[in-house]
Amino acid sequence: MNSRPLWDWDAAWEVLPLLLEAFITVTLYVTVVSSFIAAVLGLVLAIARRSSPRPISALIGLVSNVIRMTPIVVQLLFAYYIFLDAEPLLIGVIIFGIHYATYMSEVYRAGIDAVPAGQWEAATALSMSRRRTWGAVIVPQALRATVPALGNYVISMFKDTPFLIAITVTEVVRAAQTYGGNHFTYIEAITLTGLIFLLSSYPTSLLIGRLEKRLAYTN
Amino acid sequence: MVRDTSQEEPAIRFQDVNKSFGDHVVLDQLNFTVNKGDRVTLIGPSGSGKTTILRLVMTLEELTGGYIFIDGQPLTHDLRDGRRVELKEKHRNEVRKRIGMVFQQFNLFPNMTVIENIIEAPVHVLKVPKSQAITRARELLDKVGLADKEHAHPLELSGGQQQRVAIARALAMDPEILLLDEVTSALDPEIVGEVLEVLREVARTTDITMLIVTHEMQFARDVSNRVLMFDSGSIVEEASPEVMFTQPTEQRTRDFLAAVLGD
Amino acid sequence: MSEHLIKLRDAWPQILDGIGITLVLTVGGAALALVVAIALGLLARFDNILLRGTARVFIEFFRGTSLVVQLFWLYFVLPRFGVELSAIAVGIFALGLNYGAYGAEVVRGSLNSVPAGQWEATTALSLSRTQRMWRVIFPQAWALMIPSLTNLLIQLLKGTAIVSIIAMADLTFMIDKLRQDTDTFFAYTVGLLLYFALASLLTLGMNALEIRAKHKLGRGDSLRSALSFSSSASRAGKGVA
Repeated sequence: MNSRPLWDWDAAWEVLPLLLEAFITVTLYVTVVSSFIAAVLGLVLAIARRSSPRPISALIGLVSNVIRMTPIVVQLLFAYYIFLDAEPLLIGVIIFGIHYATYMSEVYRAGIDAVPAGQWEAATALSMSRRRTWGAVIVPQALRATVPALGNYVISMFKDTPFLIAITVTEVVRAAQTYGGNHFTYIEAITLTGLIFLLSSYPTSLLIGRLEKRLAYTN
Repeated sequence: MVRDTSQEEPAIRFQDVNKSFGDHVVLDQLNFTVNKGDRVTLIGPSGSGKTTILRLVMTLEELTGGYIFIDGQPLTHDLRDGRRVELKEKHRNEVRKRIGMVFQQFNLFPNMTVIENIIEAPVHVLKVPKSQAITRARELLDKVGLADKEHAHPLELSGGQQQRVAIARALAMDPEILLLDEVTSALDPEIVGEVLEVLREVARTTDITMLIVTHEMQFARDVSNRVLMFDSGSIVEEASPEVMFTQPTEQRTRDFLAAVLGD
Repeated sequence: MSEHLIKLRDAWPQILDGIGITLVLTVGGAALALVVAIALGLLARFDNILLRGTARVFIEFFRGTSLVVQLFWLYFVLPRFGVELSAIAVGIFALGLNYGAYGAEVVRGSLNSVPAGQWEATTALSLSRTQRMWRVIFPQAWALMIPSLTNLLIQLLKGTAIVSIIAMADLTFMIDKLRQDTDTFFAYTVGLLLYFALASLLTLGMNALEIRAKHKLGRGDSLRSALSFSSSASRAGKGVA
C-alpha cells in the first residue's frame, strides 16, 4: 500500500493558505457580487413580469424558466465559449447573477402577490403614479417577507460556486484539486475545502433560520 | 406484579392522578372509578380537565403523577417495591387495545376509504382475517346508516357522516371502554342529532363502558347513569343524571348548568 | 444553419448516449437520494438523542460541504482507503448523498405537518409504531412532500452536468463535442433545450405523481380525468438552500 501517512499535517498547513486565498478572492467574491446582481435583476424581472403586457410577460417567464431549469454548468460553458476574450471570473459572476436572478424573481413575485389588493386600490384612489405605487407602497411591503428566502438562495449560490471549475476559474475546489494533483495527495486539500464550506454555510443557515422564525412571529 | 383481575375490578380507576402542563395544574389528586357497564358523563366549564381525563385514559397524554388502572391492570405506571415505575410501550399497547375513542375532529385516515378505515386496526392489530373484518365492518356501517358509503373517501362525506364512520371504526375493535370526546362539537347543529341517535343506539344495544365529555345535556341525561361535575381539575359533585340536572347540591354546578342550559 | 442540422443529425446517436448517461445519473442519484432522505428524515424525528444527533450530523454535513467537494472526495480521496468506484458510481453517490440530505429536511417537515389528530387516532386504534408510520402517516406526508421533491429532482438533474469534469460522457460532454463540429451558439442552444425538455418531462411525471397522491387522499381529480384535458402547467424548479 501507500507509504505516505493517510493524513499529512505538513501538507494540510501548506495548502490551507492557498485554499483560503482562493476562497476569499473567488468564492466569496463571486457570492457577494453575484448575489447583488441577482437581487437587483430579480426584482427588475419580477416587476417587469407584473407590469408588462401579456406577451412580453409570458416571454420573460419562459426565458426565466429555461434558465432556471437548465444546468448552470452548461450556461457557464456557453458564455465562456461565446466570450472567449472575456475574463472567466467575470463570466462566472454574470452567469451566477443571471441564473440566481430567475430564482429570486420568483421569491419577489410571491412577495408582491402577498401584498393585499387593497393596497393597490388605495394607491389608485390616491391617484399615485405607477412608479410611486411600486416604489413607495408595493416593493417595501413585499421585500420584508422575502429576506429569508433570498438569504437561502445566497447560501445555495455559495455552495454552487465550485461549478466555476468548468470554466477554469480557480475557486477553492480547483485550488485544492491543483494542489492535490501536483503533490499526489488529495485528502488534505479536499477535506479542508469541505470543512471551509461547512464552517461558513452552516452558521449562516442557522442565522437565516432564526431570522425566518422572527419574521414569522412579527407578521 | 400480581393483581386481582376478578369481576369486582372497576373498568377504570384513577388513583391520585396529577396532570400539569408546565406550571399549570390541570388535574389535582384525582380519585374516581368507573364500573363496568357504567355510562359516565363528565361536565364542567372548559379548561376544567374533562378532556384531559379522556386523553390520559387513551395514553395521548403522560401522567404527571398517580396511576390509572384498566380492569385492574395498570395502564402507564405502576407501583413496584414502593416505587412508581413507567410501563413499557408494549404493555401500554396491550391494555390500550381494550379502549376505543371517538374524537371531536373525527380523525379518519384520508388515505383510506371508509371500509379500509374500519378494518385497518382489526386486521393489522387484532389479526382478524380480512374477510371476517369486512363482514363486521359492513354490519357496523349498516348500524350507523352508511351501508352505501363503504368505498367513499372520508373527505367526500359530511361531518356527521365522518363522525358516524369514526364511531363504527372504534366499535370494530370491540372495545370494553369507549371514550367520546365532544363528538358533536365540530358539527353543524342540524346534523348533531344523527350522530347522537347512533350513540344512543350503541348505548341501548351494548354493555360497553362509556366515558363521555359532551355539551349536549339532553344526550348526557338519556345515556348516562352517572354524571361528574368538574371544576379546576377536581370533582365538585357526583350524582345520577336525574338528580344532577334537576336538583344539584353545589352552587358551582347550578351556575354551570344555568349557563349551558340557558335558563 | 442547415449544415449544422446535418451535423446534429450525425451526432444524434452520441447525444442520445449522453442523455442516457445523464438519465442514469439522475434516476440513480434520485433513487439513492430518496432512500437517504427517508432514512435520515425518520431518524431526525426520534426522541433518542443519539439517533437524532447522528441524523442531524449527516444532514448538515452533506448539505453544508457542497456537491463538487463531495464528488471530488469520492473520486480522488476514497481510493486512498482502497475503495475504487467507477465514475458513474461516484456521480450517483455524490448526487444521492447531497440531495438526499436536502430531501431529509423535506421528509421531516412533511411528517411533522400531518395533523396531530391523525397520530392520536393511530394510538386510539393501538397501531404499532411501524404500522402507524407506513400505513397512516407516511402516505399522507407523501402527498405533502412531492412538490418539494420535484424541485430537488430538477436541482439534481442540473447537478449531473458537473460530473462531466470527472470524465463522464454525459449530455454536457456530448454538447461540447457538438460545439467542435458546429459552433458554440448552435450547440449550446440545443444543449439547453434538451436539458429543459428533460426537466419538463420530469416535472410532468412528478406532477402526475402528485395528482395521484392527492386523489388517494380524496382531494382533487383522479389522474385519468386530470389527463383528459391535460393542462399540467410545468412548475418551475424552485431551489433550496
